[in-house]
Amino acid sequence: MTPQLDQGGQPPMASQPDSGGHFGPYGGRYVPEVLMAPVEELEAAYLAARDDPAFQAELASLLHTYAGRPTPLYFAKRLSEKLGGARIWLKREDLLHTGAHKINNCLGQALLARRMGKRRIIAETGAGQHGVATATVCALFGLDCVVYMGEEDMRRQRLNVFRMRLLGAKVVGVSNGSCTLKDAISEAMRDWVTNVGDTYYLLGSALGSHPYPMMVRDFHKVIGEEARRQILEAEGRLPDTIFACVGGGSNAIGIFHAFLPDRAVELVGVEAGGRGDSLGDHAARYRGGAPGVLQGAYSFVLQDEHGQIALTHSVSAGLDYAMIGPEHAWLHDQRRAEYTAASDDEALDAARLLSRVEGIIPALESAHAVAEAVKCAPAAKDRIFLVNVSGRGDKDIDIYRENLKELDES
Amino acid sequence: MTRNGGTREGGTRIATRISGLFERLKRDARKGLIAYITAGDPAPDRTPALVEALVRGGADLIELGVPFSDPIADGPVIQRGGERALKAGTTLTKVLEIAAEIRSRSEVPLLLFTYLNPVMRYGLERLAKDAARCGIDGCLLTDASVEEAHEYIGAMHAQGLDTVFLAAPTSTERRLKLVAQYSTGFAYLVSRTGVTGERDSISDAVAPLVRAMRAITDLPLAVGFGISKPEHVAELGRQVEAVVVGSAFVRLIEKNLDNPSLEIQLEAFTRELKHGFGASA
Repeated sequence: MTPQLDQGGQPPMASQPDSGGHFGPYGGRYVPEVLMAPVEELEAAYLAARDDPAFQAELASLLHTYAGRPTPLYFAKRLSEKLGGARIWLKREDLLHTGAHKINNCLGQALLARRMGKRRIIAETGAGQHGVATATVCALFGLDCVVYMGEEDMRRQRLNVFRMRLLGAKVVGVSNGSCTLKDAISEAMRDWVTNVGDTYYLLGSALGSHPYPMMVRDFHKVIGEEARRQILEAEGRLPDTIFACVGGGSNAIGIFHAFLPDRAVELVGVEAGGRGDSLGDHAARYRGGAPGVLQGAYSFVLQDEHGQIALTHSVSAGLDYAMIGPEHAWLHDQRRAEYTAASDDEALDAARLLSRVEGIIPALESAHAVAEAVKCAPAAKDRIFLVNVSGRGDKDIDIYRENLKELDES
Repeated sequence: MTRNGGTREGGTRIATRISGLFERLKRDARKGLIAYITAGDPAPDRTPALVEALVRGGADLIELGVPFSDPIADGPVIQRGGERALKAGTTLTKVLEIAAEIRSRSEVPLLLFTYLNPVMRYGLERLAKDAARCGIDGCLLTDASVEEAHEYIGAMHAQGLDTVFLAAPTSTERRLKLVAQYSTGFAYLVSRTGVTGERDSISDAVAPLVRAMRAITDLPLAVGFGISKPEHVAELGRQVEAVVVGSAFVRLIEKNLDNPSLEIQLEAFTRELKHGFGASA
C-alpha cells in the first residue's frame, strides 16, 4: 500500500505531452516529411498497445522473468557512513539482464514492433548498452537487428560491440562528425527514412520525434514506481533528493517520473561535465546550450553561434550527446528538476569509491550520478538520497584501466 | 479549406521570381530544371561563379543549400559537400552575402534549402527580412514539418517569401493537403523514401504521388531526390512542371575541386540534363 501523500495544495505536475508531443515548448515532431506518417502510425500503435491489458501483461511478465524486475533498492551503508551525512540508497538497475536499465525500453518497443508486423529493427548506440539490449530483444523475438555505432564509441566500448555480434546483430560503424552517438542517430534515421516500410527504429533514449520521448519514458517509469514503493517501505518516507545521470535522459526520466507529483522531493539530473567548460569539452547542455532542433526534437542543445551542433566530450560514451531530452528541458524550465554536471575525473573517482566501499562497479554514466550524490552527502545529515545506478561497469573496464593506471601495475 | 467546399489547397500566392518562373514555363509550354548546390562548397567565394555556370547551362531555379552539421535527410554526397562548406567557414550570414552577389548579376530565382536549427539560431524574422533584402525568393526546411512551421511560415510570408514543403510517397492524403495548403511557389515531391543521392531509375512511387497531389492542388509540382540523368529528366518532364537535380551536381563539384574547368563542366552537364526535357515531348 502506497500512502497518500500531501501534495501541499499544488496541482499535480503536468507530465503528459500535448497531442503534438510537446512538453511546454519542447519536443514535437521535426522530421523529414517521409517520416511524418510513420511517426504518426507509431504513435497510434503505441497508444493502442499502452491501453491494451494483454500487451501490458506480456511486458510485465518479460520484465519480471527475463529482465529481472523488480530491481533491489539497496542501502549503501558503508558509503553513507564514510561520507557522514545523507543516508544513500541505490536503485540497482545495474543488476538487470544486459547490465543496464536500457532493457526496459527495448522489451517494450520490441513487443510493439512485433505487434506492428515489423521484422527489421534498427537502433543507435553510444555506450553500447542500448545496442546490446536491442540485440538481446531481437534475439529473443527472432527479429533482424542492425545497430549503428560511432567508430570512436566502437573503439572505447569494444566489449559491447562483440556482445552485439554474439547476439546476432549487425553493427555498422559510423565515421561521420564526431563518430559518437549523435552521428549514429543520424545514420539510423537515414536508414529508417530509406527502409521505412519494413523497419522499426528502436530509439534508445528519451529523445527524437514524438512519440519517442513519451514512449521511452513510459517504458522506464517502472524504475521510479518501484523505487517509490521500496523507499516508503524501507524508510517510511520519501527521499529528499534523487540523483540520476542525464545523456538523453532515459534513466533519469524513468526514476523521476513517479516522483513528479511529490514536490518536496528534489530531482537532480547530472550531465557530463567532461574535461572543461569550453564548448566541445563537455556534454552539459545547461553550460552554454540553447534551445534548438536536432534529430526530431526541439530542446536544449549545445551549438555554436551559427546553429551548428557542437561536438561534445565525455569519458562516458552514453552521456556524450549534444541534446537533452525534451521532457527534461521542460522540467528544468518548471524548476521541477535541477541539472548539474560532474566532470570526467569526478565520475572516475566516484566509480572507484563505490567499487571499494560497496563492491559495486558502476557504469561510467551512472558514476556521474554517484559523484554528485557523493559531493552533496556530507552536508546533508539525516537526509535520504536515492541514486539511480542505471548500469554496471563491466563494459567500462578498459576505460577504468586507462584512467586508473596505478591499479594496473603489478 | 477542404476540397469538399470547392476550394483547392494552395490558395496563397506570393509574387516572387519563383511564381513568375512557373507562369513563364506554363506560357511557353516548357519544363523547369532546378539545380541544388551547397553554398560555400568548396568555398564561399566560388559559389557565385558556379551558380552562373548552372544558369548558363539552363538551370531555371537555384536551390542554395545552407550547410548543417547534422543533415539527416542527406546522403553521403551532399553530406560531404556540407562538410567542405562548413570547413571553409560557410555560415547562414555568408550564404546571404553570396545570394546578394548572385542577385546583383542575375534574376534567377533563389530558394534557400536547409535545416531548421541554423535558421532558428539566426532568428526567423531576421532571416526573412535579410533574405528578402538579399534577393532570396523562398525557403525550404527539410526538418520543419508543416505542424511545427506556423511561426516560420508567418515570418516568410510577411516578407513576401515563398515557403516550399516536401510531400513524400509515405504522406497520407491528410498530410498532402497540409503540404499543399502551406506551400507557395511550388510543392516539392520526394521521389522515393530515402535520403538525397543519385539512383539508377525513377521510383514507381512518383506517378501515384503526382496524381494524388494534382487531385488536391493547382500548385506547380517539382520532383526531386535520386534524379541525376537526362533520361530521368525526360521521364519526369512528362509528369511535372520541374525536376530537381542535386547530388549529381555536388558530385561533379567534388570531383573537380581544383579543376579550372569545373564551371565549364557544370554548364555542360546542366545543358545535357536540360536536353532531357526535349525527349519528353
